[in-house]
Amino acid sequence: MSNFMSRKDLTLFLGFAAVVLLLPILATPFGAAYPDLLQRFMIFGIFAVGFNILFGLTGYLSFGHAAFFGVGSYAAMWSFKLLSLNAIPAILFAVVMSGLFAVAVGYVSLRRSGIYFSILTLAFAQMSYNLAYSVLTPITNGETGLRMTLSDPRVIDGLFTSASGAPVPSLFGMSLSGWNGFYFTAIFLLATFFLSMRISNSPFGMMLKGIKSNQNRMNYTGFNTRPYTLTAFIISGMLAGLAGSLLVVTDPLAGAERMQWTASGEVVLMTILGGVGTLVGPVIGAWLIKYFENIFSSFNDNVLNNFYSFLPDGLREVVVAVSGKFVGEGWHLSLGLLFVLIVVFLPGGIMEGVRRIGARFGHMRKGSKSSARVGATAAVG
Amino acid sequence: MSTIKGGFTRRNVIKTGLTGILATGVAPLVFSRGAWAQDFCNNPTGSTVTFGLNLPLTGAYAEEGADEQKAYELAIKHLNGEGDGGLLNVLKPSALKGNGILGKKVQYVSSDSQTKSDVARAGATRMIERDGAIMITGGSSSGEAIAVQSLCQELGVIFMAGLTHSNDTTGKDKRRYGFRHFFNAYQSGIAIAPVLGEEYGKERRAYHLTADYTWGWTQEESIKAATEALGWQTVQTVRTPLGAADFSQYLTPVLNSGADVLILNHYGNDMVNSLTQAVQFGMRDRQANGKQFEVVVPLFSELMAKGAGENIKGIFGTSNWHWNLPDEGSKAFTKSFGAAYGSPPSQAAHTAYVQALLYADACERAGTFYPPEVIKALEGFEFDGMGNGKTLYRAEDHQCMKSVLVVRGNEKPTSQFDVLNIVKEIDRETANYDPAIFGGELGAAEPVPQCR
Repeated sequence: MSNFMSRKDLTLFLGFAAVVLLLPILATPFGAAYPDLLQRFMIFGIFAVGFNILFGLTGYLSFGHAAFFGVGSYAAMWSFKLLSLNAIPAILFAVVMSGLFAVAVGYVSLRRSGIYFSILTLAFAQMSYNLAYSVLTPITNGETGLRMTLSDPRVIDGLFTSASGAPVPSLFGMSLSGWNGFYFTAIFLLATFFLSMRISNSPFGMMLKGIKSNQNRMNYTGFNTRPYTLTAFIISGMLAGLAGSLLVVTDPLAGAERMQWTASGEVVLMTILGGVGTLVGPVIGAWLIKYFENIFSSFNDNVLNNFYSFLPDGLREVVVAVSGKFVGEGWHLSLGLLFVLIVVFLPGGIMEGVRRIGARFGHMRKGSKSSARVGATAAVG
Repeated sequence: MSTIKGGFTRRNVIKTGLTGILATGVAPLVFSRGAWAQDFCNNPTGSTVTFGLNLPLTGAYAEEGADEQKAYELAIKHLNGEGDGGLLNVLKPSALKGNGILGKKVQYVSSDSQTKSDVARAGATRMIERDGAIMITGGSSSGEAIAVQSLCQELGVIFMAGLTHSNDTTGKDKRRYGFRHFFNAYQSGIAIAPVLGEEYGKERRAYHLTADYTWGWTQEESIKAATEALGWQTVQTVRTPLGAADFSQYLTPVLNSGADVLILNHYGNDMVNSLTQAVQFGMRDRQANGKQFEVVVPLFSELMAKGAGENIKGIFGTSNWHWNLPDEGSKAFTKSFGAAYGSPPSQAAHTAYVQALLYADACERAGTFYPPEVIKALEGFEFDGMGNGKTLYRAEDHQCMKSVLVVRGNEKPTSQFDVLNIVKEIDRETANYDPAIFGGELGAAEPVPQCR
């Protein structure tokens, strides 16, 4: 039993689970405690954790992960349209489809490493985006986005009931919008987190870390690294597909924008911001970016005026005008600044900051402990 | 043995602890959310009521979004009894009192939809779930409008569409909770075809460049049908991505295609770019098939005309409304918009302003914010004085039926705002069509979905 998980990992997992499940309360002071944003926190957390298995563990920087995310979305939507409104088959179908797609892309791209690999994945992703946007419009409905309609066949559902009202995804009849959707996606985030923890501690994970630190050395010692990198690529592609399908489950519209290169870049940012190769880092990075995107972008001059209402009139206008450039449609600017600051001062991302603070506290505690021990021995003496 | 025992104990402790956390902290949330006994989504209980403005402030339609925002701010001021009252004074019949809606002061929250459907939906959801918006309005792309409209149907919140011209918005994708004041591509076709026939003759060969999404598709279809009924031929229709900065790769083939009319189914910045490039290619100075080569932009606005500058001169299109119209409503709106912002309002601003007022008026008439009652008040509502003559909110598809304008780029503008001339006003009867031709289903208003 104790081999199953070390005490440290168990604590980390339970702590993580507690934070995730308590988010509806913890996020309230930040104005983020509404289901849609928390669902996004979960979904992009999964996306980033999956990406980290490839980038953080194996050291392969993919610039096209949004493609798998998009494939997952479209696959799930087609399952809703053709099979059933139940979320389970949709998610399974999406994971399988994105896995197959990852096999194809990975098989070609992984022939190269480093920047060439990144460019290859970027090229594939951009191709998929253009296909989804304008070539495969019968399948993807292009810019308008793919939606469910009343007239979809839904073969499996048709066997049991005749549906009425607007079709929405469900879990065996339970609606998955709002808070239900949050807990549903949270379960998947916890499962993904658990998986990534197990991978990182397994012999397979050690192999991936070995590939990251020096692939040539691995090859010279007689390992064929290709199957390992391909497996990592497929796992991370499938997790991206899972995230994409969950986004469709909670918000039933699949648009092509989510496959654009900016979306691929976003997950790279998430991982770097939080801490490459750490377990919790990518999740924190994902939350931070989604928070900026949804909350900072909602501040208009009205909100700012209220926020600075304690300042005298003239000064307030100046402050509002200046800070207005960093919020609302200028939220990218503040995110960029934050990114620069973190990369310059904390190259290991936010997790490095946490570790530094932790080390300082740990040091102090160790110091006080040893002095206590000295005191104790003195007393005994 | 002892390690195993210890492990179990620890697990037990932690398990119990976690169950405790779940039971005390989280589980009540799950049950109590539904049990708040809110009769409908975001029922305003305080002294204020919140509009959710979903506006494209970045992207290809950003100019329109900015103008819509000004209009909404003005509408909210007028609803609250500030400013000169604007169209409150001319709307007939009107239940508006200028003290907010049902005595509650109107305020707003906003979101940048980036001219993308995904983002628009996320923004609308935030405004509904977090900010308590009672109604969502705005948008200047049909992709956005359709995406947000179906979201609003799912959440039980009324959506008053802003600038959306696709037939699908009130056609195959119509929703019980969505309402559109703006006209559509089909009506553009009805309006512009006779004028094109008179000006350019019955034997023309047209080449379409079309923005590749729902609006472009339906406009291409409608204009193609209307011009082919005139006797024109369609040489080719080519789809271009939304937000493309460079259209030269799409324009080059036009020159050798044997076409003598180029129809640009583009809007916003896209249209400004494609028209400017078409002119740079010398298209307006060309002769083809022994005729002068012509460019037609079936839908355009004064913002786009300003952006395109010289190039728009003499070009035909249609508009929902123009600030130069002589009626009382148009004059009143242009006056108060001009006084507030120093420029005449665009058609996007007009439709946004009118939508906000119509929603408020419907709530007053219904005497409640309860969406099914407000929907009933809007369906089949006939009004006048908002700048388009007598207007009907058709109950069958939630489309406003009113007159439509055929406009032409002004050859001799007297000011930077005087860029369009009204060629013809097509009356409501002519612009009318059977709502059944596009199919689609509105869906039910009740039971009202709960938004959280």
